[in-house]
Amino acid sequence: MKATLVSGSLLLGTIALGILGVVVGGSSGVLSERRALVGAPQDWASRAVWACDQRKLVVVEGVRAGEKIPPEKAQLVADVLMDLMRFCNEEITVRIGTNQVMTVAANGQVYEDYVPGGPLPIVKASFGEPTPRELQIWKAELDKLVAEGDRLFHSDEIGGNGIACAMCHPNASNTHPETYPKFQTQLKKVAMLRDMVNWCILNPLEGKELTADDPRMHALEAYILSQRRGKALDAGKH
Amino acid sequence: MYRNDMTRKEIERAFAERSASDQRLLQSLQNCDRRHFLRTSLKFAGMAAAASLVPAHAFQLVNVASAATPAGAAPDVAFRFAYVSDSHLYARGMTHRFAKAVVKAVEDVNALDPQPDFVLFGGDLAQLGRADELALGQQILKGLKAPIRMMVGEHDWYLDLGEKWKEMFGPDHYSFDHKGIHFVVLNSVVEKDFWTAKGYTPEQRMAIVAGLDDSRQSPFEVGEPQREWLKQDLAKIDKKTPIIVFSHSPLYKLYKGWNFWTDDAEQVQAILKPFQTVTVIHGHTHQLLTNRIGNIQFHGLLSTAWPWPYAPEGLPAYTVQMVRPDPFNQFDGCGDGSVDVLAKGRVNKHYNLWSRNPRIVTAQELAGSSLPGGGYQGPSY
Repeated sequence: MKATLVSGSLLLGTIALGILGVVVGGSSGVLSERRALVGAPQDWASRAVWACDQRKLVVVEGVRAGEKIPPEKAQLVADVLMDLMRFCNEEITVRIGTNQVMTVAANGQVYEDYVPGGPLPIVKASFGEPTPRELQIWKAELDKLVAEGDRLFHSDEIGGNGIACAMCHPNASNTHPETYPKFQTQLKKVAMLRDMVNWCILNPLEGKELTADDPRMHALEAYILSQRRGKALDAGKH
Repeated sequence: MYRNDMTRKEIERAFAERSASDQRLLQSLQNCDRRHFLRTSLKFAGMAAAASLVPAHAFQLVNVASAATPAGAAPDVAFRFAYVSDSHLYARGMTHRFAKAVVKAVEDVNALDPQPDFVLFGGDLAQLGRADELALGQQILKGLKAPIRMMVGEHDWYLDLGEKWKEMFGPDHYSFDHKGIHFVVLNSVVEKDFWTAKGYTPEQRMAIVAGLDDSRQSPFEVGEPQREWLKQDLAKIDKKTPIIVFSHSPLYKLYKGWNFWTDDAEQVQAILKPFQTVTVIHGHTHQLLTNRIGNIQFHGLLSTAWPWPYAPEGLPAYTVQMVRPDPFNQFDGCGDGSVDVLAKGRVNKHYNLWSRNPRIVTAQELAGSSLPGGGYQGPSY
């Protein structure tokens, strides 16, 4: 991935100033605010370069407005902007100091010692906007776990006497997971949903208890919670 | 209400202000002779004490009640039949909890005095339609002293499409006359073929139908051939003759998602509509369930195996809901019961709940204009 970026940025190195460097984005008010975020000198003392998305801004110290950026530094600007494009919709400002130390401002926080391709914890924590592919993967993973829970909930394999959870709990009704934790009077202690799942496995199903980290317990909980999501608590009814 | 520390005078006063349900209970008791009465009240006292519900001596007040009930006001009961339903048996021997539950129901019915004229089995004898499951059920039901009338449920049917069941118990739909009532037994769990196109094996087909919330199956229906048969069967019956229909699914549309539903319910109801007095008794729903549509009164049956939650929609306003059963008590929400057929052909429906007070839904209150629904909101376990 890095290699692609590098070769991409090398290619861009020659055209960077064409595409990126000449863009003078935003009003001067916005520019001043963004410069202030990273403590950069005002426009007469530094050169500002916007990415084409008008969200990423690099301020280069030691190069005055209107001056040509030396090739080595121009390459660095291109690398930085290419790297920041990982975070599609984020507004990120970078100051490249005269000593080449880079300061990043994103999500209202400032991060020192940034290098292109290196960690950017503040920005990474925000994840930016999930891509359609990411959404697809997340949904597929969730659906897979819920489907496995659905299967177990309707199967006799976690019990010992042929009985399945769904026989008393069609569509996971009467499980009301939204009420846990609560004092379960019959158990005489505060119970979590998994405690009641295990109680049912042990008693009506005459099976063996699952440990809390058993993938089957995760799947059962995922199915129950997904079926009951958004359902109103109707005491005594379901 | 009654308290443990009441004096006899206070109890008598409370009794004078007794509720309508108390009256019904007392009415049902008044035909008992003293010996039987004592036996019954001791049994109730024992049951309640065992369940730590009420101290045993709370039942002494019934004695007072008995003395205060005027003699000679015989209830309007022509005859009685009992029911056992939805046993969902696995062929895992007599120690399996579902087998023990049917045995309990058989003991209940055999203890009825006088004995019922017959016992209706409301369907779903087996869980997965297997011959050994049906055979176990047949063996347990043979313990009944009164004659039995069998009805089929979807759990009995979809392994071999009723082949074994019919061989063991006879036709899946039939009618008979008893003491002036015309009884009709339907197979209301007919499903349109969802299995051939998908290539499901008989076992897969059975497992899908056995899943209450499995949407791969079709809705239940009585179907065209049986509706034709029903028309023919009723053609020779006088419109004043009371009709009692047994169907496994409710003959109305409650909740399609769980097949608390009969897809051609309106057509079946239309066939029954010309008759003055019609009652439908159905299994499948494992809960207290009451409805009235025009001249037709509907009553659900309790399961011996497990209670079902009420469906998320479609509950008839006539139903007084059973509060959610305690999962820690195998028998709570389960049971059996009986049906008093009144002189004019209406019925009073008894729910014999194993871990709760019995519930009686009378024809009179169901015929009234006010809806008994609304119910009581109890604790959520």
